[in-house]
Amino acid sequence: MYLKELTSLRGVPGYEAPVREYIFEKIKDKCDEIYRDNIGNLIAVNRSGKENAKKVMVCAHMDEVALFVTKITEEGFLKFDTLGGIDTSVLVSKKVLVGDMAIPGVIGAKAIHLQKKGERGKGIEIEELYIDIGAKDKKEAEKKVQLGDYATFDSEYTEFGNGFIKAKALDDRLGCAALLELADCRYDFDLYLVFTAQEETGLRGATVAAKRVNPDFAIVLETTACNDTFGYLEKDYSTICGGGVVLLFADMRTYYSKEILKDVERVAKKYNIPYQFKKTVSGGNDAGAIHLSCGGIKTITMSVATKYIHSPSSVINKNDFEAQKMLVQKYLQEVKL
Amino acid sequence: MELLKKLTQITSPSGNENAVCDFIENEIKDYVDEIYRDNLGNLIAHKKGSGARVMFDAHTDEIGILATFIEDNGYIRFANLGGVSPYNALYQRVKFTNGTDGVVTVDASRDDIMKNLKLSDLYIDIGAKDKEDAEKKVSIGDAAAFCGEFCDLGDKVVSKALDDRVACYCLIRIIKEMKSQKNDLYFVFASSEELGLRGAKAAAVSVNPEYAVALDVTATGDTLGKRKMAVRLGDGAAIKIKDNSILCHPYIKQFMIETCKKYDIPYQTEVLEFGGTDAGAIHLSGAGVATGAISIPTRYIHSPCEMADKGDIEAVINLSIKLIEEGFGE
Amino acid sequence: MIKNLMELSNAGGISGFEYTVTPFIEKLLKKYCDEVNKDISGNVIGYIYAEDKNAPTVMIEAHTDGIGLMVKDIDERGYITFVTIGGVDPRILPAAEVVVCGKREIYGIIATASPHLMAADERNAGVKIENMAVDVGMTHDEVKEIVTPGDMIYFKTDAVKLLDKKLSGKYLDDRAGVISLLMALRELKGKKLPFNLAVVCAVQEEVGLRGAVTASFGADPICAIVVDVCHGTTPDSGSATTFKLGTGTVITCGPNIDRRMFEIAKKTAEENKIKYSIEAESGHTGTDAWVVQTTRLGVATLLLSIPLRYMHTTVETLSMKDVEATAKLIANTLLNLNTEEFSLCTLKN
Repeated sequence: MYLKELTSLRGVPGYEAPVREYIFEKIKDKCDEIYRDNIGNLIAVNRSGKENAKKVMVCAHMDEVALFVTKITEEGFLKFDTLGGIDTSVLVSKKVLVGDMAIPGVIGAKAIHLQKKGERGKGIEIEELYIDIGAKDKKEAEKKVQLGDYATFDSEYTEFGNGFIKAKALDDRLGCAALLELADCRYDFDLYLVFTAQEETGLRGATVAAKRVNPDFAIVLETTACNDTFGYLEKDYSTICGGGVVLLFADMRTYYSKEILKDVERVAKKYNIPYQFKKTVSGGNDAGAIHLSCGGIKTITMSVATKYIHSPSSVINKNDFEAQKMLVQKYLQEVKL
Repeated sequence: MELLKKLTQITSPSGNENAVCDFIENEIKDYVDEIYRDNLGNLIAHKKGSGARVMFDAHTDEIGILATFIEDNGYIRFANLGGVSPYNALYQRVKFTNGTDGVVTVDASRDDIMKNLKLSDLYIDIGAKDKEDAEKKVSIGDAAAFCGEFCDLGDKVVSKALDDRVACYCLIRIIKEMKSQKNDLYFVFASSEELGLRGAKAAAVSVNPEYAVALDVTATGDTLGKRKMAVRLGDGAAIKIKDNSILCHPYIKQFMIETCKKYDIPYQTEVLEFGGTDAGAIHLSGAGVATGAISIPTRYIHSPCEMADKGDIEAVINLSIKLIEEGFGE
Repeated sequence: MIKNLMELSNAGGISGFEYTVTPFIEKLLKKYCDEVNKDISGNVIGYIYAEDKNAPTVMIEAHTDGIGLMVKDIDERGYITFVTIGGVDPRILPAAEVVVCGKREIYGIIATASPHLMAADERNAGVKIENMAVDVGMTHDEVKEIVTPGDMIYFKTDAVKLLDKKLSGKYLDDRAGVISLLMALRELKGKKLPFNLAVVCAVQEEVGLRGAVTASFGADPICAIVVDVCHGTTPDSGSATTFKLGTGTVITCGPNIDRRMFEIAKKTAEENKIKYSIEAESGHTGTDAWVVQTTRLGVATLLLSIPLRYMHTTVETLSMKDVEATAKLIANTLLNLNTEEFSLCTLKN
């Protein structure tokens, strides 16, 4: 139920406030303690009430990939950089919302009629792109936007086909939605629900949060890339959208413990939760920062396969989302610390 | 299949349709009220009726070559009539309209010639001793078509010139087998389609129909390699949605699909990314003609061994007859 | 009128399938015309008759179709491959939202590979249509029930107002032209013209100027004003001929345009203080004006264009000020038009 609202919010690396405020409202009457640290992480604690209780940290990141205004041209167009990794091919002919006031803008493309022969069919560089907000000139543009403003995709949450959901920012509002549902849970360890900041720009929030919490165990709830789509052979899918919770042997930042993976698998089998192993070693998430912290922390990632990730039209399967929520809840019941 | 065989084996490249028109005229003259040729070599047959004027069209010409120059040693240079691929032409036999046989071969003066073969690299060898000898058999300006004998494979047929003799075959069978009509019907056997839909353009003005259906061949996506389109041999009459020359009229598309469903005629829809047909020339005539097309799925179009499915051919004939019996504009 | 334009922009109606949007246009035309018809090709033609039945006809024209896609095939996993209708730039397709119009309309996204899983050279290779398909989230059998090769696919968009009276959306080429015709009619309301006026909203321009051929044959005008779009200036338009948004309408001169009509339009713009620029086009203007000029015995043709950025994308952008200038120029040029100047000139008899 939180997913639609969460994906509509606009929170980017370095300014996650709208998302943080929404989450705070939802958990303030449920959790025992809630903190906001000075990088922007939101840390909520459900105490077990025990002496010398162990600590388990479950986290998801609040920031979405977005654009960042770096220059306003004389004619009033906005040049930009990306916050997080966005492939330029998904930016052409799209709508965005700029700054706190959500000024509508479009990322146009040079008309096909004007493209020279060599240009057609070539990849486009980010320096060639710009946001058009319709300003007459620089002066008019500066009344509405300023350097450092962020621009998010203007994309509507849509359910379609057989249980698929398309929205922007499924990475990682989906993880945040799953985390929110843990706010009512209590265990005989202290449960830390950590909503991290600035994951997309280098796992920054998690680096700091892990040091503050110093948990005995950490679970990262994320989304992961999926090539289970047109034009790919099965060997290259990496993950299957609708194939169950994704567990990883390794990604570019973390080599996950075989022991922990076996244990998670055991729980998944016990409760008949569909799961799959990611078939490529690629990507990275907050686990990369957490597991190296404080002398080493036992960490596992539970992911949901997301097609067209980091685009305005990212897609997940509802069943995978339900499976992720169920797996984390059951595992928290069974984890041996 | 004797009729189809005979039709395909006539030598009538674009601009030289008389031979095949004579044959067709003979086949259908007892079944129509009026039959005549026009200035462009179109053969037009009229079956009188009341109701709106409807034109059915198939083109009589096949691709071929035009002799342009005879070398001193008797070899013949040529230009193309319609879409001739140099790779498809190489080492094929040709037959001139006067019956002379020849072979297309390559002038290997260029290195690396097979990587980028052009028509200007090719020439025809009719086995002549020299230029004088050649000129006894072939003059410049003479036209020839490719040879490709007709083979009956059981449920499929292979031959040169299925494009568009198989459609002419369909029209002949339609004329002979139709039982009734609700419209004033014109059957146009059009010339020079391969040169740019020329015969049909003129016929559309003189016939001035309200509705038109063109019959031609269309490519398929059922051969090895990247699957290019949904049409397959054996899946029935291909109801054209679009090609490069026309977006078929919604009323005609609908009429065809409903008729197929009503009479259980197998059909498929055709989306052709390239290529045009007479329908393109007809639909923009005057104030517009509601035009559609029924295609015969054919592999290897514009090669000497085009292949079509007998079931598809019957479906096309069936569908056309039923459309005629149901009536356009009713 | 901007609301009507936004509604038109969001609708479907690609070349060959304009009938999904023509009822709305017919409704708009009926407000100003004596009669509104559709010809066999689907062109919508509204007539405002002169008092004199034998008066000649003047045609004003814009095209209603937009570019789009068409279902080519359905693969074993339910992905829908497509062909393009009109000049579609493949760069606008990755992650684009579309509507597939089969037995019912279904939502889809144009599938694109994940950059995280691509090698560097794959990423820079650019996008190709044959590597793309529509993801509707259903199985092959489910899709086959609803969708057939040949079904239309249009882009799902929501037009948006930008600053400075600018508007961004799909199909502003040439529905902005259609709206400028309606705005001109609104301005002419109550004024009598000495000739019949045929208002043509043509089909299939994007696939080869097809609708205009039969529409102008049917309307049989002596003069015509064609309205389309031209390229708006952007930071990367380089040395190409473009026009700044907000600087008014664009009047074309050249062999495709009747010199006299051009002079009348220019004079009218000056007299009425309508902002305009001139475009010099040495040959084919790339618009319906090309086929209109040689209809029947010849038509004296004028071309007016609205500057448009990012033509043929889903975020085409224009300034409403330019649409208004175009409408104003159409109306006033018609008021200044004397059709007698354009009949056959007998030099000796």
